[in-house]
Amino acid sequence: MEFNKIVKNALLIIVACLALSACATKKAGTGQMQGDVYTGKDTVEYLASGVPDRVFFATNESVLTTASRETLRKQAAWLRKNSKINIVLEGHADERGTREYNLALGERRANAAKDYLMTYGVSSDRISVLSYGKERPVDSGSNPLSWSKNRRSVTVKAN
Amino acid sequence: MIKKITLLVFILLPFNAYGLIKVDITRGNLDPLPLAVSPLAIDNESKTKFDKILNKKDIGSEISIIIEKNLKTSGLFNPLNREAFLQKPDIANLKPRFEDWKLIKAQALITGKVNYVDEKLRVEFRLWDILAGREMMALAFTTVPTNWRRVGHIISDKVYERLTGEKGYFDTRIIYVAEEGPKTQRVKKLAIMDQDGFNNKFLTLGNELVLTPRFNKTSQMVTYLSYFKNLPRVYLLDIETGTQEVVGDFPGMTFAPRFSPDGKKIIMSFAKDGNSDIYTMDLDSRVVDRITNHPSIDTSPSYSPDGKFISFNSDRSGYQQIYVMESSGKNVKRISFGKGLYGTPVWSPRGDLIAFTKLHKGKFYIGVMRTDGSGERLLTENFYQEAPSWSPNGRVLIFYRETKTDNEGKGFSAKLWSIDLTGYNEREVKTPTDASDPSWSSLLSN
Repeated sequence: MEFNKIVKNALLIIVACLALSACATKKAGTGQMQGDVYTGKDTVEYLASGVPDRVFFATNESVLTTASRETLRKQAAWLRKNSKINIVLEGHADERGTREYNLALGERRANAAKDYLMTYGVSSDRISVLSYGKERPVDSGSNPLSWSKNRRSVTVKAN
Repeated sequence: MIKKITLLVFILLPFNAYGLIKVDITRGNLDPLPLAVSPLAIDNESKTKFDKILNKKDIGSEISIIIEKNLKTSGLFNPLNREAFLQKPDIANLKPRFEDWKLIKAQALITGKVNYVDEKLRVEFRLWDILAGREMMALAFTTVPTNWRRVGHIISDKVYERLTGEKGYFDTRIIYVAEEGPKTQRVKKLAIMDQDGFNNKFLTLGNELVLTPRFNKTSQMVTYLSYFKNLPRVYLLDIETGTQEVVGDFPGMTFAPRFSPDGKKIIMSFAKDGNSDIYTMDLDSRVVDRITNHPSIDTSPSYSPDGKFISFNSDRSGYQQIYVMESSGKNVKRISFGKGLYGTPVWSPRGDLIAFTKLHKGKFYIGVMRTDGSGERLLTENFYQEAPSWSPNGRVLIFYRETKTDNEGKGFSAKLWSIDLTGYNEREVKTPTDASDPSWSSLLSN
């Protein structure tokens, strides 16, 4: 598994180098962000086959991107089919902000996801919201790519 | 836990204010005052008694080391090497030979004596002006022997006050969050220690995430955020008894708590449906008041020392900025207009300044501005640092700083630092583990 990933990454780098020729200055990670929103799959887990558990945000933002809305629609469809399952939306921020503001920001992000799930037919009694601010990064790096993975709302099964 | 120290003035010779040494603390002091801390004299019998109780061979010398270290840390004084002292402690305490102390360039001298009296520790000390050749102050304390470190701190405070004209900050404690483990799974505990890093004690076990402890200025109470049962709520902790209780009955996350200056209210944020507003709760009546009502994030509230105003940060302008309003919530005014984002405003105990964290172009700054937003001054710049807390005399800020990790996400650390209001004398405050979110107590004795 790990080895496959490494090979895959190495291939990506080679492809990127061929495409860009300015290989030395480019990192493998830059292709995983659009603007500063994370678009890769590295940390993503799945609620069910084809249903990613998380959505990502731009710096200081809680606006859902097109990709996030698509993910949340898949989650909503899956939740409508599995009506016994309740969820917790865990909102997170990156380390580049003050602790208290980030707690509020995490709450705002999780609520953005909650509102969207509700408009797609998931009852609010099935959803609770929990902000971790910047306390639980999924990637411990101090660089733009790591931060983009950490700005997220994760849908977690509560039962 | 904190035992009363009886303080009695036993000799206080009249003195003239003019002609005596004075240290100006309003400017960066690049030329600290040279002074000598003579080891406190102790007779052999007292020495043996205290050695038995405290396991310290020479408690007189130990107390003077605390004084030396405190005064040096302030950046205002330069304690001279005791190897150079010509006069013996017991004789110096009776009557210093000023020429001897002048010779080693001391401008002030601290002498004293320690005795074992009725199972108590009795300490007297004197502060001498070497150039004027006279005594500036003399005090004596009696307390239980285990309080010996506090005696050192109180003497430091008295010397600081006599020489600078302002109260000291040495007989104080810091409450903070002790951190351990990898960044993605950090274990955090409440911890408390003396201002100089001694007597460290953990107050929680680390089973749940805890954040942002803040002292009540008037008692041994602390308010903080705990994720007990995965419900982030503001709690109240009595550090004397260990009793904890949740503050208020809010149907969502409460966070960013602080006490009002009279200690009777807690001000905090309450987040619901993606919106954070500021609330207060009266600790006696349990009455909850909503202070702000705005669809933006309003958080990090802090009262002015007279309780009439509240500063907080809000992103109602689109980005995080600092605002000031009346304590009723009326007349909200934005005060930060510089480039970048501003957060964590804290009102100085002197009332004239607000300290803050600023984020601009990927750097974090600790700075101060006047309460109308004018006179912004950045004291320190780093990769990441935030959350200043004032020393009780409003002259020093303590905050925490995190280091950047390398590409593998390694090399992370979080440490407490302090800096003078002047922007000088930046130094690490040593803690047994990594640390964050410091809050400075008021003076334990006065």
